[in-house]
Amino acid sequence: MTRLEDYQSPDPIAWCPGCGNFGILKAWKGALVELGLRPENVLMVSGIGQAAKLPHYLRCNTFNGLHGRALPAATGAKIANHELVVVAEGGDGDGYAEGGNHFIHAMRRNVDLTYLVHNNQVYGLTKGQASPTSDRDMVTGTTPGGNPLCPERPLALAVAGGCSFVARGYVGEMEHLRELMVKAVRNKGFSLLEILQPCVSFNKTNTYDWYKERVEKLDEGSYDPTDREVAFRQASEWGDRIPIGIIYQSDRKTYEESVGLAGAPPLVRRTGPETGELGRIWDQFF
Amino acid sequence: MTAEATRKTACDVTLRIGGEAGQGVNVVSGLLGKALLRQGLHVFTHHDVMSRIRGGHNFSQIRASDVPVMAPAERVDILVCLDENTLRLYEEELDGVIIHDPDWGGPRKGGKSKRLPLSLEKIAKEKGGDARMANTVAAAASLAVLGLSLDPLLDLLGETFGSKGDKVLEGNRACARAGFAAAKDAFEGPRLCAGFEAPPGGKRILITGSEAMAIGALASGLRFYTGYPMSPATAIMEFLASKKDEYGLVIEQAEDEISAVNMAVGASFAGARTLVATSGGGLALMVEGISLAGMTETPLVIIDCQRPAPATGLPTRTEQADLLFVAHCGHGEFPRAVLAPSTAEEAFYLTNKAFYLADKYQTPVFVLGDQFLNDSSWTGEPFGLDRLLADGSVRLSDAELEALSPYAYKRYTLTESGISPLILPGTSRQVVCADSDEHTEEGHITESAEVRRAMVGKRLKKASGLAGEMAPPAVYPEDAAAYTVSWGSTFGAVREAVRLLRDKGLDIGYIHWSEVFPLRTEAVIQAVERGAELVAIENNATGQFARLLRMETGLAVDRRILRFDGRPFTARELTREIEKKRGS
Repeated sequence: MTRLEDYQSPDPIAWCPGCGNFGILKAWKGALVELGLRPENVLMVSGIGQAAKLPHYLRCNTFNGLHGRALPAATGAKIANHELVVVAEGGDGDGYAEGGNHFIHAMRRNVDLTYLVHNNQVYGLTKGQASPTSDRDMVTGTTPGGNPLCPERPLALAVAGGCSFVARGYVGEMEHLRELMVKAVRNKGFSLLEILQPCVSFNKTNTYDWYKERVEKLDEGSYDPTDREVAFRQASEWGDRIPIGIIYQSDRKTYEESVGLAGAPPLVRRTGPETGELGRIWDQFF
Repeated sequence: MTAEATRKTACDVTLRIGGEAGQGVNVVSGLLGKALLRQGLHVFTHHDVMSRIRGGHNFSQIRASDVPVMAPAERVDILVCLDENTLRLYEEELDGVIIHDPDWGGPRKGGKSKRLPLSLEKIAKEKGGDARMANTVAAAASLAVLGLSLDPLLDLLGETFGSKGDKVLEGNRACARAGFAAAKDAFEGPRLCAGFEAPPGGKRILITGSEAMAIGALASGLRFYTGYPMSPATAIMEFLASKKDEYGLVIEQAEDEISAVNMAVGASFAGARTLVATSGGGLALMVEGISLAGMTETPLVIIDCQRPAPATGLPTRTEQADLLFVAHCGHGEFPRAVLAPSTAEEAFYLTNKAFYLADKYQTPVFVLGDQFLNDSSWTGEPFGLDRLLADGSVRLSDAELEALSPYAYKRYTLTESGISPLILPGTSRQVVCADSDEHTEEGHITESAEVRRAMVGKRLKKASGLAGEMAPPAVYPEDAAAYTVSWGSTFGAVREAVRLLRDKGLDIGYIHWSEVFPLRTEAVIQAVERGAELVAIENNATGQFARLLRMETGLAVDRRILRFDGRPFTARELTREIEKKRGS
């Protein structure tokens, strides 16, 4: 039996008042309780950024590594002990800019990880610079004449990359977000859950009000997330309507199945080789 | 015959096999190396290869002797030409035997070589039905010139081609017999290994530095390897990949070295013994991750197979120019060790030691190889598995874990040694928290000045523990008037040069390090206090080891013999250079 208190961390929270991250943290704890997971069996791996501080604010195993490198560290940890529930987590700058290459290859690799990306379309920790998802022409500290780059559409990239689970949640829809978190963890394979999150300090455009007018839940009864072409259109949509929900799902062989880890003891519990066993290795060199 | 071996020998020969990339230079040297090994000879093979898949000029050079040899010789006794270019490149300078196709015509320039024209391809087509079997003809012909037996080669062909069907195997064997007979009839000079009798002793192995490192890792309980292909480190990954099922490993080709090192840190944090290997450029990409391992106190073994740089440099050649980089790479201050094996045997034991140290001190440990050490094949007894170090990990005992209330574990507990006992995530009612930010004992972010001071102190305490684990250099003899100062893969050439000079009556010795950081300096300080002169020998352009030595001791070694053209030293070359320096 897991209770919310099991996940309480004594660590003082260092986010701005009103930050969307508080809602994400609350939904995430709720999801962990619903999943019935024990803190000692969960490993959260994060990079650097405001979002990447989240693992400190709940009780579980944590590896708070380098900016942009949450996915490789999470991949290594999961390969070492695939009995752990491993969740990578961070923001849009961390995951889509610094860690962009890892994101693409994590989808190909399809290790059974959940990747939570808080997308607030701006850099928070470094105080308000353009991110890969910032709107074109957005004025920030590093783009005083307006952002000259077109924004990345990470979910479209994920559908194109054959990601096994692609979803988007919004922190203003807490219950829906918590359900998506539960489904993302339950999916076998690499699961991307992007979470739209207003930044109250540095993004004056994409506010709670702005999102409220635009986010639209995909109808679970009628929407078929296995249709890749339809999913691609939904994933690309951004503007007057922003779809949230499970956008794409494909049943792919996991990395663990491909390399013979699934059903086998994790690497951390394997022992040997014994001296006699290793002695045979010289035969090929005589 | 070359006289570069360490003592009077009955046999010390060098064969160079040259040809275009893709012609099978490696196939001939591989077959011949083992055919010589199995007759009881000590074999040392190194490769001089261009960075291309077809064309150009590559050679492999085999030195075989009845005493141990660990460096190439300068003089080539037999040149096997797989293409005409090889003949033209060396016919002037060479005074050994040249095996070449008669269709390429006679000598165009001067030279003292003996010619042995043999139609390698024609024999291959006639006897084996396949021109590619010219490689087998060449290997067999070389054995005839040496005056050695063909039988080990016939056995090897069986082992190599047995699975490819009778036609291929019998074709190769027919080619071997024909090549051997043709060379025996046509070659009139003295057989270079005539009178050689196999010395007593157990069976020996022929193994590359890369294979020795990979087996050292397997023997240390390796579970996970991740890397990005880069010459000359790729051979380690490919060897481990070939053993993954047998030893229960996972091998993952990462999208880049940044990913590889972060995967490795993640896997090691979770508790799997993990290895990454790369060359200088890849290591440059890994540097932030190495600092991460230092800060999170995660065991990490990194092999750097050096090649000439800066940037892409000479990708397939050798150099020792990453020493100061490896000794200092990574932002901030954290403990590390750098081991630089001198031979394949040391590559095996020092890779094992690297895991021991990384586990014990929870910090990055480097094994510094180079193209010469890693790609060359070395002869020795099978490495003794009984000499391996035990698991160095410092873990919380079962009783200590039992006594701990749930979720009370502190990953970074302050201790006398600086080492905090580990537990692995997911194995108890505890959670394990690691952080790249400065952190509390619990592993959470802090900005407290007091905690910062304590944590810096804790990490650096491990450096003094590590320093106590380092082996002193090899010193030979104890009381020489002058010493060479060297490190890593130059050992074979240095040792041979010192012995040659001593035979000539020079009172010179060597001080040679295989464990280079933290550096043990007592021996060199004592030598200087006795009034001994020093000359540094390094495969780089700026004398990096001499600079490290000065940094650690204040001693300046101004006489330096440096080679930085991507090629390894030979002993003859060193004797000339040392005599010049001593005269200066």
